[in-house]
Amino acid sequence: MRSTWVTPGGVHPPENKHQSLTMPIGSLPIPEKLLVPLSQHIGAPAKACVKVGAKVLKGQKIAEATGAVSVPMHAPTSGTVTAIEDRPIAHSSGMSAPCIEITSDGKDTWIDHKGVADFEHASPQALTKTIADAGIAGMGGAGFPSAIKLSPGHRRPINTLIINATECEPYITADDSAIRERAAEIITGIGILSHILGNPVNILIGIEDNKPEAIAALEPHVADTGISVVSFPTKYPSGGEKQLIYILTGKELPSGQLPADAGMVCINIGTTYAIKRAVVNGEPLISRVTTMTGNACGINRNYETLIGTPVSHMLAHSEFNEHACSRLVMGGPMMGFSLTSAEVPIVKTTNCILAPSYSEIPDDEPAQACIRCGMCAEACPASLLPQQLFWYSQAEDHDRLEAHNLFDCIECGACSYVCPSNIPLVQYYRHSKGEILKAREEKVKSDHARERFEFHQQRMEQAEKDKEAKRAARREAAEKAKATVAANAGTAKEGTGPAPGSAADIIAAAQARAAAKQVSPEEQQAKFERSIAGAEMRVQMATDKLVETNAKQTEDQKNILNAALEGAKQKLEQAQARLAEHVKKHSEQVK
Amino acid sequence: MIESIAQQPILAALIAMVGLGVLFGALLGYAAEKFKVEGDPIVEQIDELLPQTQCGQCGFPGCKPYAESIASGDAINKCPPGGQSTINAIANLLDVPAPELDAEHGEEADLRTVAYIREDECIGCTKCIQACPVDAILGAAKLMHTVIAGECTGCDLCVEPCPVDCIDMLPLTEGLKQWHWPAPQNQLDIIASDRSGHEAPSNEGRAA
Amino acid sequence: MQEFAIILVSSILINNYVLVQFLGLCPFMGVSNKLESAIGMSAATTFVLTLTAMASYIVDVMVLMPLGLIYLRTIAFILVIAAVVQFTKMFIEKTSPLLYRVLGVFLPLITTNCAVLGVALQNASKDLNFMESSLYGFGAGAGFSLVLIFFSAMRERLAAADIPAPFEGAAIAMITAGLMSLAFMGFSGLV
Repeated sequence: MRSTWVTPGGVHPPENKHQSLTMPIGSLPIPEKLLVPLSQHIGAPAKACVKVGAKVLKGQKIAEATGAVSVPMHAPTSGTVTAIEDRPIAHSSGMSAPCIEITSDGKDTWIDHKGVADFEHASPQALTKTIADAGIAGMGGAGFPSAIKLSPGHRRPINTLIINATECEPYITADDSAIRERAAEIITGIGILSHILGNPVNILIGIEDNKPEAIAALEPHVADTGISVVSFPTKYPSGGEKQLIYILTGKELPSGQLPADAGMVCINIGTTYAIKRAVVNGEPLISRVTTMTGNACGINRNYETLIGTPVSHMLAHSEFNEHACSRLVMGGPMMGFSLTSAEVPIVKTTNCILAPSYSEIPDDEPAQACIRCGMCAEACPASLLPQQLFWYSQAEDHDRLEAHNLFDCIECGACSYVCPSNIPLVQYYRHSKGEILKAREEKVKSDHARERFEFHQQRMEQAEKDKEAKRAARREAAEKAKATVAANAGTAKEGTGPAPGSAADIIAAAQARAAAKQVSPEEQQAKFERSIAGAEMRVQMATDKLVETNAKQTEDQKNILNAALEGAKQKLEQAQARLAEHVKKHSEQVK
Repeated sequence: MIESIAQQPILAALIAMVGLGVLFGALLGYAAEKFKVEGDPIVEQIDELLPQTQCGQCGFPGCKPYAESIASGDAINKCPPGGQSTINAIANLLDVPAPELDAEHGEEADLRTVAYIREDECIGCTKCIQACPVDAILGAAKLMHTVIAGECTGCDLCVEPCPVDCIDMLPLTEGLKQWHWPAPQNQLDIIASDRSGHEAPSNEGRAA
Repeated sequence: MQEFAIILVSSILINNYVLVQFLGLCPFMGVSNKLESAIGMSAATTFVLTLTAMASYIVDVMVLMPLGLIYLRTIAFILVIAAVVQFTKMFIEKTSPLLYRVLGVFLPLITTNCAVLGVALQNASKDLNFMESSLYGFGAGAGFSLVLIFFSAMRERLAAADIPAPFEGAAIAMITAGLMSLAFMGFSGLV
């Protein structure tokens, strides 16, 4: 039996998992309308590639990934795209985000799709591309694009693949029921992952010991595969990536380091199943197992739900009693968030919809003063000091918060759970994280603005200097010109001209310059010919104008146009005369 | 000899004190030369904390001059674009108490604004281009002017010079990307001074 | 050797200059808002105290006593202290402008820090040798640093805490200092 380590801290809330495990995974009827948000993952939102009114088939790509960190979206069922606009989504802010609404036609027709049964002979790059095209993101809750996680690239080679089957949060049983029913396919999925990562030496499935049926379901399939099923004592939050890595390998990842830097990759078991379906069966990610639980619902079970299913649809088929429900939660009781409306859609990271009664999750008691008992520090799985973080968060002391490693908080909620004064500690940390991130962004902006301002000032100074230099140069040139003209006037043969330095001198100097600019006769002729051509064109235009508007114009306008035509004709004659004169002069000179 | 001086107390005291004074004076003079300090690096550190909008609302022609003034002892609460957070940061740096923003110099705006030129009315005079301290307006004489929104700091120095008054300051809408968790409501209600200015604690809008 | 240990323990803990003899309370209250400035201030004061103890011993033994000018002790020592503090000020301005800015007016005020003059006068009246004088000076500085750093750490936590309005600011600081002083009374029977 492989040894495991014990993480610091942690709590043991009541598990409440048995309620949703009495029945196998069910399926819901197809909802009338499905709402697919364009951002269900970490990274840039996807961009819609279908238009309103288009008919789509099940599994058809409806939104493209944008940029390096993004995933595409696919139609969860066949039907028509009825809207692409902002709709309320499941987010703590209650804000809306761009979504694609599909009205189902009830036929649930699949698009043509084909998988690769023999993935062993496909290249890791091809398999990773398949996973990316299938729109797979981390389904344990984080939503990080899996294809990127599976391409560690230049980092150290991977020697440990960890499959996260912990599911430590109370009430949630999505992964548990999936393992019980789909163990064989999951092991195939692990084989795919192993092949992509270059067959790492250690392949571990980390699972808590409160899931004996799931462990029993996995055991027969892992025999002789090199995969180890490692079970460890149940504790919340063992399912966090850093916590699970420590439990299974004893390695503590330093702050800011990714598992890939330590040669490890950690993938959720639900994502593993989705990867198998994508590679072997050619199916993109369009549905997931979601737990519907809580005493306010008559039926507690897991459903294979289509992505985009409105929560209200799930509730309607689970004998939901609105009056008995204290609040609607997406996610678990520790890390989930309350929904303000049931019309929001299920997304790729939704593992549970919890509809608790007032006895399960009562209304919040008001927070009282911190009594500095220190129980939060005992409970923290990341070995932080929640009490200090709380006080500094209240005081908005960003320096001290960062010194106490605020950004290493995984927001698991263990500290809030144990606080005897009911202080919502995690809200304080989330707020402070937001404030610090905002301050960092503003610092970047203000540094940038300072650079631009300093360049602006530099540019102004340079422009001033250039102007000064030009002025100085012009002054010098003017004085030099005056001097030469004076010299010329002094040696002029034609008697005394006007006094040196007067306006007439300057004009004479300018005329001398112009005369000095000898243009060759050919060039002169060409010039005259060009001006004739221009004059002819103007005559033509004036005539055209006159003709075209003859009927509509008034007498005055007609007179004006006529005058213009006359003028143009005159100019033409002048130009022709000049040319004739030049030719005559030139031929005389040649002679 | 020392005994003879010791016999005359006034002379002794005079010689002792003057001698000590001269000695220490010489030592200090030497030290002053050795430890000479040029410039004032504190100005750079204060300037780092200012928001660099160069708007002039503090009464100085830019952020650097205001930083220099603060280094000479000026009040630190004159910068509206920086707001209370900047005042707190400067107070932290200089280890002085952090006052409220001086309303005489302006109010802290809730939302950032960005300039927008109504292109139908622009006459291409380049007055706004010359006014912008960060060169965020694109254009040339007799050609269309437009604001590069990403570079605009919202200082609104361009609004005044425009002869046709075609520049609006539009608030930047904050979408999902800019949303951050609000602070939890402080619900202490134990003694009278907590209650003053607080509403009764409510359970509305609390997340799980 | 044992004497030196006794001198140090005495000046740092038992007869702590700030909390037991109540000297040097001005910088104790004024510079204890932040830990960094407190550390800087305590380093500066320790430096001044040690140098002053040495210099004032020399001045006392070589100038004042032979010339029978013992009544001029106070003035002469103030002269010494002023010079040492001025030197310290120049040194800090050169090496750490931020600390210089942070300490602000409290740096020249070390001149009027009664602990410094107190150390010099007490050493002179106790008839100690050079080594013992310097050790008393250093011990006084170390005791001052210890208490100042503790106090500023507490004030930082107080700054973030929920203090009732009537107690905010100097009031809670005074109460804390009083409680610390009470605690240090526990050392009185040590030696």
